Amino acid sequence: MPVPPKRQLAKEIWKNRAVYTAISPFYLLFAVFGLFPIGFSLYLAFHKWDGIGEMTFNGFNNSSYMLTDPEFWQAVGNTFMIWIYSTIPMLFFALIVAFLLHAPFIRFKTFFRIGFFLPNVTSIVAVSIIFAALFANNYGILNYVMGVFNLPLVAWLDVPWGIKAALSSMVIWRWTGYNAVIYLAGLQSIPTTLYEAAKIDGATGIQSFFRITIPLLRPVILFTVITSTIGGMQLFTEPQILLGNNGGTGGAGMTIVLYLYRESFINNYFGYGATVGWGMFLIIALFSFINWKIVQGPSSK
Amino acid sequence: MKQSKFTSFILYLGLAIGLMISMFPFYWLIVMSTRTTSDIYQFPPKLWFGGELWNNISRVMTQIDFFGAFLNTLFVATAVTVLVLFFDSLAGFAFAKYEFPGKKILFVILLTTMMVPSQLSLVPSFVIMAELGWVGTFKALIIPGMVNAFGIFWIRQYAEGSIPSELLDAGRMDGAGFFRIYFNVALPILRPAFAFLGAFTFIGVWNDYLWPLIVLTDEKKYTLQIALSQLNGLYNTDYSMIIAGTLLAIIPLIIMFLFVSKQFISDIAAGAIKD
Repeated sequence: MPVPPKRQLAKEIWKNRAVYTAISPFYLLFAVFGLFPIGFSLYLAFHKWDGIGEMTFNGFNNSSYMLTDPEFWQAVGNTFMIWIYSTIPMLFFALIVAFLLHAPFIRFKTFFRIGFFLPNVTSIVAVSIIFAALFANNYGILNYVMGVFNLPLVAWLDVPWGIKAALSSMVIWRWTGYNAVIYLAGLQSIPTTLYEAAKIDGATGIQSFFRITIPLLRPVILFTVITSTIGGMQLFTEPQILLGNNGGTGGAGMTIVLYLYRESFINNYFGYGATVGWGMFLIIALFSFINWKIVQGPSSK
Repeated sequence: MKQSKFTSFILYLGLAIGLMISMFPFYWLIVMSTRTTSDIYQFPPKLWFGGELWNNISRVMTQIDFFGAFLNTLFVATAVTVLVLFFDSLAGFAFAKYEFPGKKILFVILLTTMMVPSQLSLVPSFVIMAELGWVGTFKALIIPGMVNAFGIFWIRQYAEGSIPSELLDAGRMDGAGFFRIYFNVALPILRPAFAFLGAFTFIGVWNDYLWPLIVLTDEKKYTLQIALSQLNGLYNTDYSMIIAGTLLAIIPLIIMFLFVSKQFISDIAAGAIKD
């Protein structure tokens, strides 16, 4: 090559200037509203600031306060419990719905898919207001139905487990159809020849379910577990609308993001809010990693 | 193999029960919005429609500037959607069909940004908005959201398979530059992919709650979700009005979803299955 490589590169870049222009808005925007805030939040995490006065350096005070604040740990615990209460039934129901819809002789598949998916596009604020009415202590329809069956009435929004049940059921209602649609697509992508071959080899329906369906569905299940982990850790609107900024009776509905919101924007502890943001980031990263290991584990020897 | 009538009956029954659970809250929302507040507080609950819908709706309109909040939301969601479609398709097309120095690393950076949770930068983002003087304006809602990694990734996948390279070569032979080729060749071919990305973006912005709650300080600029939450907090003695407002706020979304639902659902599923 007669042209030195550096000149060559500069020439290549110049030649592609229009292409760089085309992709630049994303990187500019990310630098200003993504990268810079992340650096800035690291800085803020070591400072005390109310958003108006001076920022004062306070070292690890924010983080040590966070680690010793029982309310923070309660928020972490609540978030995990609501995540478990919602994710397990949600993915289980989603699998059932997907299997029912996958049966070859079922008609009106599109109609059913739309019906199951509809809750997912509805605004969470609206959903929270509707569920507040369903779970209301005195006049809620849930208590009415329980009364019809002679079950003891529950003051849903006053007892810790009732609060968690209400929040979890909102998540389940909203996301079951979404996950069912994804499982259905996963089921449809398994070649039918595999089942036919298994049948010729004398496999029963149950055997081919555990030997073919479940292993081939594993990546899809992993996807739904990871997305519902990330979503579950970010629960905010439901508890905020249903219970207010303090997470209801005894803080039983206080989630990590609600705590972050209250400390930052209601109490104006901006430095501390940034610290909580980092705490949350670490929890999500660690937890996603563990989940990934568990779900992926056995098949990837 | 013939399925027995019984099996098929059981499967349809399961689906019907699931569908009823899925639809019941919508039904209940409509029932409550046609009732008076004292009806709603009655036990046993009234399970059938009443005649108070217009009355409830007119109270929503007088208590808060519902129409204003509706227009605000429509404006913000439309602006973000149009900008996202433009910028994402431009970048997605470039990544799909052009070779340039640094392409690989730039694309990896793009994918990595999708993994950062937005709450991490919630406080600093607000501070930046305050510094820029954008708190309380629509700029705070529109500008940070006007291009995103997910959409670029989505368009790139679509463009790779759908735009024939010969067509681009032909354009280049005619002396057309990148932007000319984008507008005249790529854009028409990419249009079907816009339906999903557009609906996805629009619904997301329409439903956004946490960020608008933080940056919208002026009542005149409230979006529907914020207006609804205010209604819920301030007027909770007039429950039938709140419920009627809730109904009004989700009707446009549901109509829009029903229009694009078939494509929308299969694209969501396809995005999760490919990777």
